[in-house]
Amino acid sequence: MLPQARPLPNPDSRLSSAAKIKLSMATTASVPPEILAKYEAVIGLEVHVQLLTATKAFCGCANQFGAPPNTNVCPVCLGLPGALPVLNEKAVEYATLASLALNCQVRDRSIFARKNYFYPDLPKGYQISQYDKPLAEHGWIEVPTPAGTKRIGITRLHMEEDAGKSLHDGFPDSATRTYVDLNRCGTPLIEIVSEPDIRTPDEAYEYLTRLKEILLFTGVSDCNMEEGSLRCDANVSVRLRGAEKFGTKAEVKNVNSFRFIRAALEYEIERQIEIIESGGRVVQESRLWNANEGRTYSMRSKEQAHDYRYFPEPDLPPLVLTARLKEEVVKLMPELPEARRKRMIAEYEITEQDAQTLTATRSLADQFESAARAAKNPKRVANLVQSELTSRLKARCLELEQSPITMKGIAFAADLAEEGKLSSKQLKQLFDSAFESGEDFPAVYEREKPQQITDPAAIEKMIDEVIAANPKQVEQYRGGKKTVAAFFVGQVMKLSKGQANPALLNELVTKKLDG
Amino acid sequence: MTVETAVSRPLSIAEVRRSIESGSSKASELAAAAYEQIHARDPQIHAYLSLNPERALEQARRIDDLAAKGGPLPPLAGVPVGIKDVLTIEGLPATAGSKILEGYTAPYTATSVRKLEEAGAIILGKINCDEFAMGSSNENSAYGPVHNPHALDRVPGGSSGGSAAAVAAGMAVATLGTDTGGSIRQPASFCGVVGVLPTYGRVSRYGLIAFASSLDRVGPFASNVRDAAITLGVIAGHDPMDATSSPRPVPDYTADLDKGVAGLKLGVPAEYFAEGLDAEVRAAVEKTIEQLRASGAEIKPISLPHTRYAIPTYYVIATAEASANLARFDGVRYGFRAKDANTLSAMYRRSRDLGFGPEVKRRIMLGTYALSAGYYDAYYKKAQQVRRLLTDDFLKAFAEVDAILTPTAPTPAFKLGEKTDDPVSMYLADIYTVTASLAGICGVSVPCGKSGEGLPIGLQILGKHFHEAMTLRVAQAVESLQGEQ
Ligand SMILES: [Zn+2]
Repeated sequence: MLPQARPLPNPDSRLSSAAKIKLSMATTASVPPEILAKYEAVIGLEVHVQLLTATKAFCGCANQFGAPPNTNVCPVCLGLPGALPVLNEKAVEYATLASLALNCQVRDRSIFARKNYFYPDLPKGYQISQYDKPLAEHGWIEVPTPAGTKRIGITRLHMEEDAGKSLHDGFPDSATRTYVDLNRCGTPLIEIVSEPDIRTPDEAYEYLTRLKEILLFTGVSDCNMEEGSLRCDANVSVRLRGAEKFGTKAEVKNVNSFRFIRAALEYEIERQIEIIESGGRVVQESRLWNANEGRTYSMRSKEQAHDYRYFPEPDLPPLVLTARLKEEVVKLMPELPEARRKRMIAEYEITEQDAQTLTATRSLADQFESAARAAKNPKRVANLVQSELTSRLKARCLELEQSPITMKGIAFAADLAEEGKLSSKQLKQLFDSAFESGEDFPAVYEREKPQQITDPAAIEKMIDEVIAANPKQVEQYRGGKKTVAAFFVGQVMKLSKGQANPALLNELVTKKLDG
Repeated sequence: MTVETAVSRPLSIAEVRRSIESGSSKASELAAAAYEQIHARDPQIHAYLSLNPERALEQARRIDDLAAKGGPLPPLAGVPVGIKDVLTIEGLPATAGSKILEGYTAPYTATSVRKLEEAGAIILGKINCDEFAMGSSNENSAYGPVHNPHALDRVPGGSSGGSAAAVAAGMAVATLGTDTGGSIRQPASFCGVVGVLPTYGRVSRYGLIAFASSLDRVGPFASNVRDAAITLGVIAGHDPMDATSSPRPVPDYTADLDKGVAGLKLGVPAEYFAEGLDAEVRAAVEKTIEQLRASGAEIKPISLPHTRYAIPTYYVIATAEASANLARFDGVRYGFRAKDANTLSAMYRRSRDLGFGPEVKRRIMLGTYALSAGYYDAYYKKAQQVRRLLTDDFLKAFAEVDAILTPTAPTPAFKLGEKTDDPVSMYLADIYTVTASLAGICGVSVPCGKSGEGLPIGLQILGKHFHEAMTLRVAQAVESLQGEQ
């Protein structure tokens, strides 16, 4: 028997959603570029990432998105009187894996702490987090910038539990009541805090992109921003270029989409520059990004004065990373995206761009590589991806994951081409058919089984025809211009409606011209 | 001088077992008799907050069925017990002595209680205590105070006053209490029963409504040392639901009970016999120490030099943890919610203002202050450092002695209302017990005499971590000495 959901009274200011917050300042006018150029932004990102463990951080409830409200709950995550947390070892494993993948130093002994504050979706009145002894510190991520690769520092990575959700809308009495869904309560999180090393919205975007990519490769999270499994707050300040001291920062909350990270930061940087330019002072505060209106709003809460009264969590012993756990984690460590791209470029002679595409997810890269390695000529698989697949996906606005042709299908096609069983024209036709019917390559091939002319006499007859029709080119060839052979191959292929066996055709053309 | 009393010795666990095994009584008859005793005595004592006779008689019938089939009986088969109302039992109220949990029904059972039930104990009901186990007199219960069966105008001690009084009045063979700074030992002393403080981590805290998580322990009360040892053996052990519970195996706590004290080294710390100790308590304790010496124990004077810092240290740590532990009582999900609140913050403030009693609010404020930015280092951090020193005092002492003997409380039971206006003098009632709480070590309070007015006096026996068997062995020797008088 679990407590019934009870509606709460009218929310006060802390509970208000963005739309309900009164405008606290006029819309920022565009600041002239020459003024903007005088300033430099200093940005640090705080990223919360939900871990993909089967169960929650401190209880046995399913860690699952989208269940009916208040169903994935138990005495522990509901914070019922007398219930105690027990740490999920898998969450420790995942957090440690993420720490190592982000080049952090992991503590042998870290301490959980209680972060105290009242909020209806925080059932214990405190969040179990880590404070002065976090799991990991001193990491970094490398990001590409116009000036070359830049290293962004990671101050710390710590473990904590997620809170529930306050539902302000969608109920008949939502005007006066707030409802609480505690399913998310106790979901394991890692919080990754960057150094204030980021200088532009582009760098922030790149940092987030690399961070997401690395975490996806480790498999510790699905990093789905729409479902809230990756959430980002940004600390932003501005200063005159060349200044030593940081300006006063504002915290921009709720930047929960890759699409908006640049816009939110650009807006906030301009807002602060405008304040300073007009002789004002930036106020240290939390500001909420509103994507619909493309601006940030002051949350005007007492947040700044918040004293979380952290102290060590007495219900949990210090987290000691055993040698066994560390070994397990090292075993789980995959080849990370940057290293993998470098290797793939060398191994398959693909472009940087294609390496980027093929490593969009770890599973895709795995599929590609296992297909390529099983194929007779791995480079041909890479070639087909570059020459045939990506252009068709692009034309249809599809992601690689949505392709009808799987990596195995491409390997199948590559082998046929390698064996000379398909001409490039036939290959192109089959790719088109697959994209039209949505079938994989082998199925289309089985159905259409393109005809091939493998009778030497029939091919020779067509070669004779082409030679007779092109005496000028024959002369060129025989005059030493051997590359003209390709012209004859092409013409015969055309004549055969693409059905001549390419290997045989090549052989016979040379023979005829030389003979 | 006539003092109204309601003392009555309950059956022992062995007597319960013998009568069920021999067929002379059924478990259901014993349970019914226990309820009769409660109906006769509890109107004066007020130890029970709620009774669950149907559930208890159902449990008793299962024992009777088992006995009828001649099946082996579990260790506490048919033993009527009461549970301090800070421990949860599925389907039963759990008030923690507070108005803020009035009407709350627990959806799961505390591990210690589950173990009692699995051992065949019959749960009679939930027992009165100070609100959220905060108090030394049981006067902080939102449901009214408990009266000491030895003198109804006196307090039973606290916070587990009801658990001690129920055993003293024969209204349970054993009870569970909790001890954060002395809440088992001090009421045991005031009510003339045996109370055990197990080592921190020895008994699961799962289902114990937390006061101060690093100090809270669950332990048994009984009318004699053997029953306390048996009950402790049942509830002790590792619990996967409590990350602070110890995986150490649980020994048979009755095995060494009768070995006596000959050859044991028993330490007597000078700091516990200083100013503030009642003369009659001192006399009773010192007399017992002499008797133990006569029984062959080597009595060694020892020093626990940081003792004088124990009370402030305890009150900083306990209140700091309490301020966080009690944050969940916010009116959002369960328990009391103020009706007249129209905003969220008003709901929090009104619900907590009306739901908590004054001592609880005082401690929440003290603890919040101690953890606040700018004060943390001076209070909480400093207190943790002193806690380490206090623990080291004990570890050094236990390098030389097998157990330590002190008075349990500085005085016998005081009168109801005597200290309610003076929180500091109330806090000093814990002066001899908070040290062991801070150090995480184990202890027992065992009756060692009576005052001129007939009020019980308790001797506290402290042992090193996980040496419950040693403290119980000494306690058994003390109990035997009482019998000889
Ligand atoms: Zn749960």
